[in-house]
Amino acid sequence: MNEITPMSDENGEVGNDGHSHAPAKLGYSPVAEIPHRLRVTDTDPKAARRAERQVASMFTLSMVFIILSVVAYVTIDKFAVVYIPVLGEVGASNVVLGLTFGIAVFLIGAGAIQWAKKLMPDVEVVQERHDMVSEKEDDNLAAANYERGREESGFARYKMIRRSLLGAMALLPIPIIVVLRDLWITPPGENPTEILSTTLWTKGKRIVSDGTYLPVRPEDLPVGGLVSALPEGILEVQEEEHNLNARGKAAIILVRMDPEQIRSQQGEGWDYNGILAYSKICTHVGCPIALYEQRTHHLLCPCHQSTFDLADSGAVIFGPAARNMPQLPISVDEEGYLISTQDFAVPVGPSFWERDRT
Amino acid sequence: MKFISARRRNPFVAVLLLVAALGAVGITFSAVSNIQPAQASLGTQTQVEDGKKLYLEGCSSCHGLDAQGSMNGPTLIGVGAAAVHFQVSTGRMPLAAPGAQATAKEPIYDVEEVAAMSAYIASLAPGPAIPTSEDLDYSNADVAEGGVLFRINCAQCHQAAGQGGALTQGKYAPNLMQATPQEIYEAMVTGPQSMPVFSNETLPIKDKQAVTAYIMALQEAPSPGGLSLGRLGPVAEGLFMWVAVFAAFIGAAVWIGIKAR
Amino acid sequence: MSTTTDHPVEQVGGATAKYVDQRLGSNKFLGRNLGKVFPDHWSFMLGEIALYSFIVVLLTGTFLTFFYNPSMVEVVYNGSYVPLKGVQMSEAYASSLNISFEVRGGLLIRQMHHWSALIFVAAMAVHMFRVFFTGAFRKPREFNWLVGVGLTALALGAGFTGYSLPDDLLSGTGLQIIRGILQSIPLVGTWAAFLVFGGEFPGTDIIPRLYAAHILLIPGIILALITVHLMMVWTQKHTQFPGPGRTNTNVVGYPLLPVYMAKAGGFFFIVFGIIALIGGLVTVNPIWIFGPYTPDQVSAGTQPDWYIGWLDGALRLMPNWESVIAGFTISWNVLIPSVVIPGILFTGLALYPFLEAWATGDKREHNLLERPRNAPVRTGIGVAAIVFYGILWIGGGNDVIAAAFSLSFNVLSWALRIGLIILPPIAFLITKRICLGLQRKDREKLLHGYESGRVLRLPHGEFIEVHQPLNYKELAVISAKDDLPVLPAPVKVDADGVRNPNYRVDQLRHKLSSFFLRDNIERPTDAEIEAGQAHAAHSAALEAPLHDYEELDQDPVGHGGVLHHPGMPMTNQEQVDQKQ
Repeated sequence: MNEITPMSDENGEVGNDGHSHAPAKLGYSPVAEIPHRLRVTDTDPKAARRAERQVASMFTLSMVFIILSVVAYVTIDKFAVVYIPVLGEVGASNVVLGLTFGIAVFLIGAGAIQWAKKLMPDVEVVQERHDMVSEKEDDNLAAANYERGREESGFARYKMIRRSLLGAMALLPIPIIVVLRDLWITPPGENPTEILSTTLWTKGKRIVSDGTYLPVRPEDLPVGGLVSALPEGILEVQEEEHNLNARGKAAIILVRMDPEQIRSQQGEGWDYNGILAYSKICTHVGCPIALYEQRTHHLLCPCHQSTFDLADSGAVIFGPAARNMPQLPISVDEEGYLISTQDFAVPVGPSFWERDRT
Repeated sequence: MKFISARRRNPFVAVLLLVAALGAVGITFSAVSNIQPAQASLGTQTQVEDGKKLYLEGCSSCHGLDAQGSMNGPTLIGVGAAAVHFQVSTGRMPLAAPGAQATAKEPIYDVEEVAAMSAYIASLAPGPAIPTSEDLDYSNADVAEGGVLFRINCAQCHQAAGQGGALTQGKYAPNLMQATPQEIYEAMVTGPQSMPVFSNETLPIKDKQAVTAYIMALQEAPSPGGLSLGRLGPVAEGLFMWVAVFAAFIGAAVWIGIKAR
Repeated sequence: MSTTTDHPVEQVGGATAKYVDQRLGSNKFLGRNLGKVFPDHWSFMLGEIALYSFIVVLLTGTFLTFFYNPSMVEVVYNGSYVPLKGVQMSEAYASSLNISFEVRGGLLIRQMHHWSALIFVAAMAVHMFRVFFTGAFRKPREFNWLVGVGLTALALGAGFTGYSLPDDLLSGTGLQIIRGILQSIPLVGTWAAFLVFGGEFPGTDIIPRLYAAHILLIPGIILALITVHLMMVWTQKHTQFPGPGRTNTNVVGYPLLPVYMAKAGGFFFIVFGIIALIGGLVTVNPIWIFGPYTPDQVSAGTQPDWYIGWLDGALRLMPNWESVIAGFTISWNVLIPSVVIPGILFTGLALYPFLEAWATGDKREHNLLERPRNAPVRTGIGVAAIVFYGILWIGGGNDVIAAAFSLSFNVLSWALRIGLIILPPIAFLITKRICLGLQRKDREKLLHGYESGRVLRLPHGEFIEVHQPLNYKELAVISAKDDLPVLPAPVKVDADGVRNPNYRVDQLRHKLSSFFLRDNIERPTDAEIEAGQAHAAHSAALEAPLHDYEELDQDPVGHGGVLHHPGMPMTNQEQVDQKQ
C-alpha cells in the first residue's frame, strides 16, 4: 500500500470534547488523519438535553404503541373490515396490529440509533489488524504436535490400518443413502414406468364433467365448447386411495370443433363428431392446461407458455414443451354418453428417462 | 355465514354496510335496466327492423349485408341475441381498430339500439338468448361451489382472483372485476372471441349462477391482509418488495451512516 | 455522555461481569473485544438486513408451527371464510386458512413470515453484490465467500419448501413442476421423483417431508453457517473502503461498545419494525384466493416467489429440445434450465475468488476494498451475470408482463431468448469501458487536481481553467488504487535449453491475467501525485488574489474585468472595456 500524506487541515485535533480520551490500552485510538468536527450536542448542553429527551420519548412512545397493540388485539373483531385510503377495504385487526407493533419496534430502533448518533462519541477510531497467519512459534508448535501425533499413532507406518480405516469411513455413508430407498414403499409388482403409463381410462369408461361429475353427451357440447373432464368413478377411487394421484393423471379436456377444421389426430377416428379429448397435464413439467382458445384451437400452458394446436394432433407450436399433448380416443356408449375407447396410447405428463421404452 | 355475521358487530361495519347497500342498489339497478332488452328481445317487428337498419349502418361492412360474414368478420347467423348484447353493450363491437382482439370500451349504442340489433340477429336464426332475470339471480347460489367451478373452468385464463391473464400472440383474458352478472352469463353461453363456450348442458344455469356469485364475491371481497397489490401473485409481491421495502431499508442504512450535525 | 463514576447501573453491570467471569473466564474475551472496531458504511448493513430478517423468519415461523398442520389428509373446510366453506382440501391448507382467519394476529405473523423470507433472500443477493463488486471475497476471505454461497443456495431451498407448505393452488403447481424437473434427470430421475413424493404425484407424503426440511433441516444448517460466517468476520475483522487514515493493516470505525452495538442493534429493530409494518399493511400470498390444490386445476399467472423466478424464466425461455438415445429419453428442455444452468451459476459463484486469484496471480491479503472501477473485468463479469440473471427473471414473469403492458408474450419470449445470449457480453463491454473511463478521470484528478469549472483569464490574456487540489478524503480514496502487473508470458525453452513443463498452464494464466489487467490505467507514482496536487494548489492560489479584484470591478479606475465565470453576466466595466 502506498501511503499518501493527505492535504490535512490543521484543525485535526481530537479530544477536546471530553469523550474521546481513549487510552491506548483500549486497543484503539482516534484517527489522526480525520479532522473531528464537533456536533451541536457536543457543544451545546441544551441540544444534548433535547437529544436525550428525543431518544427517551421514542422509547416511551414505543411502550405506548405496545399497549395499543394489546388493546387492538383484545378489542378489534378479527373479521372487522375497515376502509383506508390507498389500501382499500382491509382487515382491521391485521392492519392495526401490524401498525402498532411495527411502529413500537421501529421506535426502539430509531431511538437507539438517534442515541448513538447524537450522544455517543462520533470520533472515528483506528485499530491495528493482525495478520491471519499464525506466529512462527505457534506454527512450529502446531507442526511439532502434528508430527508427534503422526508418530505416536503410527498413521504413516501402519499402512493396513490406514487404508482399512479410510475404506470403512468411505463405506459408512452408504446405509444412510440406502435407507432412503423406502421413502417410497413400493407396492409389490409395481414400478414407476408402469404407474406413469397407465391411467383410469379404459375401454367404455364414461367421461364426466369436472366439478359436476355428470356424464357428458356429445350434443351437450357446442362447437367451440370446452369441458374439463374426468373418468366416471374418480371420486370413489380418490376415496379409496386417499390421494389425488388418479386425478393428476386422468384429467382431460373435451373440446368440440368443426370436423372440417381438424387437420390431424393421433389416431384414426379418435374424435367423435369433432369432439376431441386431450390430456390436461402438460408434457413439459406437468401443469394442468385448459387455456383453450376456441377460435385458433390453441391450448396454452399458463406456467411456461407451451402452446399446442389441438386441431393438429396437439402439436407443440410454441414454448418449451417437446411432446404433443396426448390424445384420448373417445366414442359414445349405447345410452349416448361419451366414453373412452382405451387408455392413452402414451404416458401423460412430463417426460421421464424410461418414457419411450414403454 | 359466520364470516359475514361476525363482522356486523364492529363499528367500521356501518361504513361497509353503507357501501354494500349502495353496491346492492347499483347492481339491482343495472340488473333491472338490463332486463328491459331481455323482455323486449321477444322481438317486436319494429325492433327487428330498427335493428336491421342499425346493423346495415354499423356492422355489415365486416359481417356482410346478410350477416353471412366476410373476410373481415365472422358470420352472425345463429350467434344469438346474447352474443350481440355482450359484444355491443361492452363496447367490444364495433371494433375500434384491428388488433389481437376486441377490447371493452364505452359502448357506442344505447340500450334500445342494442336491444334492436340483438332482436335482428336473433331473428335470423336461433341462438343463445339474452338471459332472463331469473337466469341471472345468484342470490341463492352456493359461493363455495361457484369457487370450485371457477377454478376448474375459468381460473386458467382469468386468473384465480379474476384479474385476467395473457393468451397467445397478444390476446388476453380480460379482468373480471367490472363484469356484470349478465356479461358473465352471456360470455359463458356465447364464447366471445378466444373464450370457449360453456353451454347450459355442460355447465347448467344453477352452476353458472354459482360461478357468478363467486365472481361477485371476488369483486366485493375486502383484502384481509392489507393492500392487495392487484392480487397479481408473486410477481407483484416481488416487485413491491424490491422497490418499496428495499428503498426503506437502504434509506434507513444510509440514515444510520450519516453523521449527526 | 454521563460522566458519573459510581452509578448504580454500572455497579450492577460490573458485579455481574465479575460473577460470570469467575465461572467462565469471560472477561478475557470481553476485554479484548468490547472495544473491537467496526468500519461504518451503509453498504455494510446489507448483510445485517439478511441476518435480521432471518431472525424475524425464525420468530414468526415458530409461531406458525403452533397452528400449522402438515398433513395432506383431505378434510371439508368449515371455517369462517365463506367462499371456501364446504370445499374439500388438505389439512395443511385448512390449517393455513385457520392461521389467516381464526387466529388473531395469525395473518399478520404469516405475512411477516412471508415478507421477511422474501427480504432475507433479497438482502443476501444485494449483500453478495456488495462483496463481489468491492472485491471483499479476496484473500483472506475466500472461505467466507463459500459459506455465503452455501447460505444463498440454502435460502432458496428454505424459501421454496415454505412456499409449498400452505398447499394452495400456487404452491401445489410449484411442486408439480418440481416433480417434472426431478423426472427429467437422466437415469435416476423417475425413481428420484417417486422417492421424493413417496410414490406418484402428488401423493400424501410430500408436505410432511417438506415441513421437516423447512422447519428443522434447512434452518438448522443455515443457523450453523450464519454462525460460522459471523465468526469469520469477527476474527478477520471487517474490510473497509479506502479513506483517510485507512490502510490495509488497520481498521477505522467505531468501537463495538457502545456505538456499533447501538447502531447494529437499532438497525435490527428498524428492520423488524419495517417488516411488521409491511406485514400489517400489504398482503402477501393471499392463499384463500388461490383455493386448495388439486392436480387438475391451475390459475393464469402462476409464478413462484421472486427468488425462484429466474429458474422458472429459464424453463420458459428454453427451446423445446428432447432426445431419445438408445431408447432413453433426455429432456434437455427441462434439464438444462433447471439443473444445468443453476449448477453452472452456483459453481461459478463458488469458484470465482479462486479463479480470479489464480488468473491475476494475486496472493496478497486484502483488507482494503477495491473500488469497482479499479477492477473493470470483475465489475464487467458481475454486471454481465446480473444481466443474464435479470433476463431469466423477467422471463419468469413474461405472461404477467405481457398482460400488464398489452404485449404478446410470444414476441417477448423471443426478445428475451435473443437478449439472453447477446446482452450479457454487451453489458460486460459497456461496464468495462465505463470503469476504464472513470479510471482515466481518476488519473487526471491525481495528476492535475479537480476541475473547478471556473475559467480564468490571466492578465496577459491567457485563459486557464482553475484546477483545485483534491480534498484529503478524495485524495485518500482515489490514490488507494492498487495496480497489479500482467503475469509475464512464459518461455517454452529457457536459455539453458530446459523445457518448461508447465508451459501450457502458464500460457493460459498469462492470457487470463492479461485479460484481467492489460487495460488498467496506471496509477501515477506518489511523486507525480504530489507534484500534480501541488500544481493544482498553485493554480487555485493564482485565482485567489484575483477574487479581490472582483470588488474593484465596480471601480472605474480599477483595471477590472479580469475574472470571468462562464454563464455570468458581464460586469459593467467589462462591457465598457468591450466597447472600447
